[in-house]
Amino acid sequence: MTIGVINWGLALDSFPVLLQGAKITLQFTVVSVFFGMILGLIFALGRMSKNKIIKFLSAAYIDFFRGTPLLVQIFLIYFGIPQLIPFTLPDNYQYIAGAIALSLNCGAYTAEIFRSGIQSIDYGQAEAARSLGMSHFQSMRYIILPQAFKVVVPPLGNEFIAMLKDSSLLAIIAIEDLMYTGKIIAGRTFQALPIFMMVAVMYLAMTMALSMLVNYTEKRLSKSDNG
Amino acid sequence: MITVSNLHKYFGKLEVLKGIDMQVKEREVVVIIGASGSGKSTLLRCLNKLEDTTSGEIIIDGIPLNSEANVNAIRREVGMVFQRFNLFPHMTALQNVILAPQIVRNLSKQEAENIGLELLNKVGLGDKVNEYPRRLSGGQQQRVAIARALAMRPKVMLFDEATSALDPEMVGEVLAVMRDLAREGMTMVVVTHEMGFAREVGDRLIFIDEGVIVEEGPPVEVFSNPRNPRTQAFLSKIL
Ligand SMILES: Nc1ncnc2c1ncn2[C@@H]1O[C@H](COP(=O)(O)OP(=O)(O)OP(=O)(O)O)[C@@H](O)[C@H]1O
Ligand SMILES: [Mg+2]
Repeated sequence: MTIGVINWGLALDSFPVLLQGAKITLQFTVVSVFFGMILGLIFALGRMSKNKIIKFLSAAYIDFFRGTPLLVQIFLIYFGIPQLIPFTLPDNYQYIAGAIALSLNCGAYTAEIFRSGIQSIDYGQAEAARSLGMSHFQSMRYIILPQAFKVVVPPLGNEFIAMLKDSSLLAIIAIEDLMYTGKIIAGRTFQALPIFMMVAVMYLAMTMALSMLVNYTEKRLSKSDNG
Repeated sequence: MITVSNLHKYFGKLEVLKGIDMQVKEREVVVIIGASGSGKSTLLRCLNKLEDTTSGEIIIDGIPLNSEANVNAIRREVGMVFQRFNLFPHMTALQNVILAPQIVRNLSKQEAENIGLELLNKVGLGDKVNEYPRRLSGGQQQRVAIARALAMRPKVMLFDEATSALDPEMVGEVLAVMRDLAREGMTMVVVTHEMGFAREVGDRLIFIDEGVIVEEGPPVEVFSNPRNPRTQAFLSKIL
């Protein structure tokens, strides 16, 4: 089925191959979101720490990864780090570099989300906890974080969606994600329009599914009858 | 039980407490009154180190409030009730009460629940143990907050305007709980605007003005025969 020179049928034909790419995209998103949440929590607490050095280092990390383009970060880690290391890195280093870059980037944004969530909780809560003899850690663990978690679900959801889209930059260092796969097929067939339309639709399907998941979680949390 | 000597507290350049000396004996109920901004809350909050003090000494139950370890030890022995309740909204009334005994005092869940149920019954909320705070009235919330503080088996209870945020019809139920506590011999420091309560329950009344203890004595005496002109002016405004 060819209309003019545009082969729309190719979009459907290449779907199975693109699906493989989408799988890689999802894998990188899940990995970076997972490590991003851990990093985010650590650096959010670090940034609110009373220890000046911890506070400074946390702020530096957050500001650097929020204030520079993700592409630059990917290049720094993919091309830059090997220059520091005396031994040769494995052939598939791009996967490691990609995952590290995305996780660090996600961690910085997540840290700010967690921080504003934690700071949105009434200070009286921490005072009540401390007045009962709880340590700082206990008050975070049992009182502040469970409440902050509800506040951060919507912005966290947005960050994950952004992550999924931004992972397309990994195509530049030859990670075979959805974007890269599309680029390869388009280059080989000279059918950029149908291929990238298909790529776009597949990204859209994934982000919409994710945002439905976030909405569902949000509803569940607000329905559970506890403040 | 509590000894405060020459306590000073600055917020930046503002001197809020200007050399407070105060003693509270075991089983004594001390009521603190004074105008808004005179430093009543600040004094109370210094007693369990929710505020850092600038200088001076505080000794509670023989423990000086100086090291971080001592601060935690003292917070275990000193219960505090806040004007705005500060219940944990993501927990039921019972969960609010039993959390700290479990994680701070290392009681088992069963032990903590026994204490929690007993205390909630005592404050008249035996039928509300599984309610979340937002489904309770202000007076009920404050009574849960009192039970929560008592569950740590404190030796001293601090009350910072525990009834000021309540609708008038709920003030009585909270004061009644506080009155019972005093009768049982709890050592209490109570900041309040409820002069009837101060007169009836207080063993001693302290009047603070601009960060200084201006006058103190048995409530009946201070009310009927205030010596300091600033006390006279304050009392004439509110009585
Ligand atoms: N965290 C703070 N930072 C700066 N100033 C503060 C702080 N807390 C209290 N103050 C100031 O300290 C003074 C005493 O406040 P405090 O809350 O102890 O008064 P209070 O006697 O409890 O008054 P009220 O009856 O209104 O509760 C006030 O001038 C207040 O503005
Ligand atoms: Mg006050």
